[in-house]
Amino acid sequence: MQKIPVIEFNNFGYQYNAQAEPTLSGVDLTIYKGEKVLIAGPSGSGKSTLAHCINGLIPFSYIGEITGSLKINGKETKDMSLFEISKTVGTVLQDSDAQFVGLTVAEDIAFAMENDCTPHEAMLQRVQQAAKEVNVLDVLAHAPHELSGGQKQRVSLAGVLVDDVSVLLFDEPLANLDPATGKAAIELIDDIHKRTEATIVIIEHRIEDVLHRDVDRIILVNEGRIVADMRPDELLCSSLLGDNGLREPLYITALKYAGVQLTEDMCPASMDKMQLSDEMRSQVQSWFRATPPAPEKQKGEELLKADGIRFAYPNGKETLCGIDFELRRGELMCIVGRNGAGKSTFSKVICGFEKPQGGVLYLNGEDIASLTIKERAEHIGYVMQNPNQMISKNMIAEEVGLALTLDGMEPEAIQQKVFDTLKICGLYPFRNWPVSALSFGQKKRVTVASILAMGPDIIILDEPTAGQDFRHYTEIMEFLLELNRQGVTIVMITHDMHLMLEYASRAAVFADGRIIADDSPARLLTDGDIISRASLKETSLFTLAVMCGITEPREFVQRFIDHDREVRQR
Amino acid sequence: MWKINVKTIVAIGIGAALFFVLGRFVAIPSPVPNVTICIQYGLLAFMAALFGPIAGCLIGLIGHFLIDLSWGWGVWWSWVIASACFGFVVGLLGNRTRLAFGQFGKKGAINFNLAQAIAHAGAWIVIAPVLDILIYQEPANKVFIQGGVSALSNIITTAIVGTLLCFAWAKAVPDKGSLKKEN
Amino acid sequence: MTNLFNYIPRSSIVHKLTGATKLAALLLLTFASMTSFDTRLLGGMVIFAFAMFGVSKIKLKEVAPVLWFTFVFMVLNNLLIYAFSPEEGVAIYGSRTEICHLFGMYYITWEQLFYQLNVVLKYLVMIPLVLLFVSTTNPSEFAASLNRIGVSYKIAFSVALAMRYIPDVQREYHDISLSLQARGVEMTDKEKLLKRIKNVTTILFPLIMTSMQKIEVISNAMELRSFGKEKKRTWYAARPFRKADYAVIAGSVLVVLLSVGLTFLNGGRFYNPFI
Repeated sequence: MQKIPVIEFNNFGYQYNAQAEPTLSGVDLTIYKGEKVLIAGPSGSGKSTLAHCINGLIPFSYIGEITGSLKINGKETKDMSLFEISKTVGTVLQDSDAQFVGLTVAEDIAFAMENDCTPHEAMLQRVQQAAKEVNVLDVLAHAPHELSGGQKQRVSLAGVLVDDVSVLLFDEPLANLDPATGKAAIELIDDIHKRTEATIVIIEHRIEDVLHRDVDRIILVNEGRIVADMRPDELLCSSLLGDNGLREPLYITALKYAGVQLTEDMCPASMDKMQLSDEMRSQVQSWFRATPPAPEKQKGEELLKADGIRFAYPNGKETLCGIDFELRRGELMCIVGRNGAGKSTFSKVICGFEKPQGGVLYLNGEDIASLTIKERAEHIGYVMQNPNQMISKNMIAEEVGLALTLDGMEPEAIQQKVFDTLKICGLYPFRNWPVSALSFGQKKRVTVASILAMGPDIIILDEPTAGQDFRHYTEIMEFLLELNRQGVTIVMITHDMHLMLEYASRAAVFADGRIIADDSPARLLTDGDIISRASLKETSLFTLAVMCGITEPREFVQRFIDHDREVRQR
Repeated sequence: MWKINVKTIVAIGIGAALFFVLGRFVAIPSPVPNVTICIQYGLLAFMAALFGPIAGCLIGLIGHFLIDLSWGWGVWWSWVIASACFGFVVGLLGNRTRLAFGQFGKKGAINFNLAQAIAHAGAWIVIAPVLDILIYQEPANKVFIQGGVSALSNIITTAIVGTLLCFAWAKAVPDKGSLKKEN
Repeated sequence: MTNLFNYIPRSSIVHKLTGATKLAALLLLTFASMTSFDTRLLGGMVIFAFAMFGVSKIKLKEVAPVLWFTFVFMVLNNLLIYAFSPEEGVAIYGSRTEICHLFGMYYITWEQLFYQLNVVLKYLVMIPLVLLFVSTTNPSEFAASLNRIGVSYKIAFSVALAMRYIPDVQREYHDISLSLQARGVEMTDKEKLLKRIKNVTTILFPLIMTSMQKIEVISNAMELRSFGKEKKRTWYAARPFRKADYAVIAGSVLVVLLSVGLTFLNGGRFYNPFI
């Protein structure tokens, strides 16, 4: 069958007006009809700009200069209109809250049709049909804040499907989803691909998760250029992912550590299809035996204790139904569970943002019910997910010193404290910069620094690495690890299974307002029952260990993690 | 200044939502009874200066209208219209182009505050009371005194909140090249 | 905050009217009640407005908190009117029928009482009408209705956007304010007034920054889905007009004509029983 090109970049380049350097240059890329392609690259690599070019936001919404040519279905995009392009390319944005503009699910699905002046009858029918395709029929009358993240994303998809587009573009579809929901999203995309034969373009840096279902090609972007354009099997055999600041699937890294020579005919891109010879299995086994287990960490004294905490929002059902929880000094732990399981509510109760209806919280053995928000904050700091929601001063030093200034501390003492904190956080060279000049990861550090300046014993972080690529993820996490070594106790609320496996010594799993497990991550992520109840995802390392006939797969996971961190620190 | 593109439409929607939330849920009681400190006009003045008179007018109109609807005490058209006029006038006089490009200095602050003071005076000392007299035949001295008090407290609030927001916003757009790491 | 505008879904004649009809009727009747000071017309409208509550199957109990609130406001405002201008009625009706003397310049006259009765009647027309409108109209239909009565669809849609994002902005404001309180930004009356206003600005800044980003992303998302492509648009939430809709609009127009007619007949906006 002859391949029909749908999207053709030809020596294409793009430079935003506000930037000194071109964001994309010399891009040659053809995507054919019916293909399913993954575009991957680290933050700032130009992959989002590439997506904007495909859906027409460039050149129609952003100001900049195009060189070379980009054709969609044989037509130059500069000669088309944004509306014309959007009839061919449907985009599902990363931020499903922003894409959801309707007051209810049904209205949002109908949005594009409304703008096309579709008659009412036809609209009703088409909405039903699209809602059925993505399985949101039973929530048609719901408002956006009554939906889960996964549902919102499916609504966005339905809103695009009503247009019969021939190309579907997904911008970081996994960014805001818990592991199980992310897995379901990848399956849904695959089903739609098979059913409609549309061309699928996925922009994402979480390669292992996308490869849960087959893709035809992976296009690797870095520094505005395409560095690889090959089949997944081929790409995984190379070292290109790691070289470009992306994370390989964990089982691939494990195989490489064990000295297994990867070849394309092993089908390494898919865990289900991968073929391992007996020799390879024994290689993995002997690596496992040769790698020493990491020493157990010593436990500190009890710092925080929750005893039977209960909480319900006004006119809502109980979100916390008796939480017993214990935190020891010097720990670095995770709280995991699906959306709405009570994780955030619990952390709000700890910080005093919400008052529990039952139970007692002890800090250093003392009941803290009578402490105000501010008084608690001197012991327990809370870092929000989005740093932009926390930063209220323009200058970095001012922001970090805000709490001290409000406390009425002497200016010299404040400066000393602020500089010390900035040094710990690696922000000292930027002390006179405006916050707006910093990258997302640096802003995150500023928010941590502003909490740290108050000298808390415990810092609670909500999704510290959300939306970060591997390099920034590592940067933020190593920074937190360093703080932890200096004695700060750290609790992270997260959806990221890698984060929990790699960095936490312990994780508490929330489900339906209860803690259903509290154990080491390696053990939790290999327990099928917990995994399904808390919407987690089994780690591929476990599957690999079983495949290789290792009798203690949990121990294998643990040793891999310890070894991997050591290698990366070198 | 008079063009409405999709971004302006969204700015009106989000602006009205902000106006609503501040006006409805962030009431700071003042020492004068029956007069609350209206933080939302600081925000409205900022948005109007940034997005122009049409956006300013509609944010005031929609935001205030929705506040009245949600309280359920009837729609107080005289005051709703005054809010709309305030947004319009600030947008018109508020030297929009400079702020949009991230510039707001001493001159900008003077310009901005003159604009907001004129607009508040017009809205609460002229438009709202005159409409109150026309529609409800309320006694002139009552509505003018009420209007005067509102104008004064709103001018002060807007001078603080609006000016600080403009400065902060302008500073948030950094001049590239001026930044060097220091050791 | 799922039900900000207190929409109470029921099955009644009033609910079945299209939002556009109710909006038009609300505006027309409000206009009539604003222009006229004819006590007979206002009185009739008050009876009609409260009767509609029965028809719409909304119980007064369901809106009681709002009514109480408004009642207090009404009493306060009337006291203020009297305090500032105890002879306003006398000036309007051109006669003076004293009932008794309170103190100083404060007398009670029939004219003043009658004038303030008219003010009260005006509130009493407006309040149930607005309450009725919000409790019987699905918020989804609101933007479509505005567009139907002649407002440009882009502006109508910005109203829908405002309603869509109010809960989001509210949640965000709440979260930001808590996280700043934790850092010592004082919002309660422990702090002096001017300081408190400044502190609110500290909270506003992050809210504005995230809102600006939101504006950018949402407008992109809307353009990608063809918003603004055509000169008009259709609405999923719109419903077709039926006979009852036309009847209600015609009735409302009649009331407006009546109010204008009475103004001519009375030789002014006031019905004057004192002549």
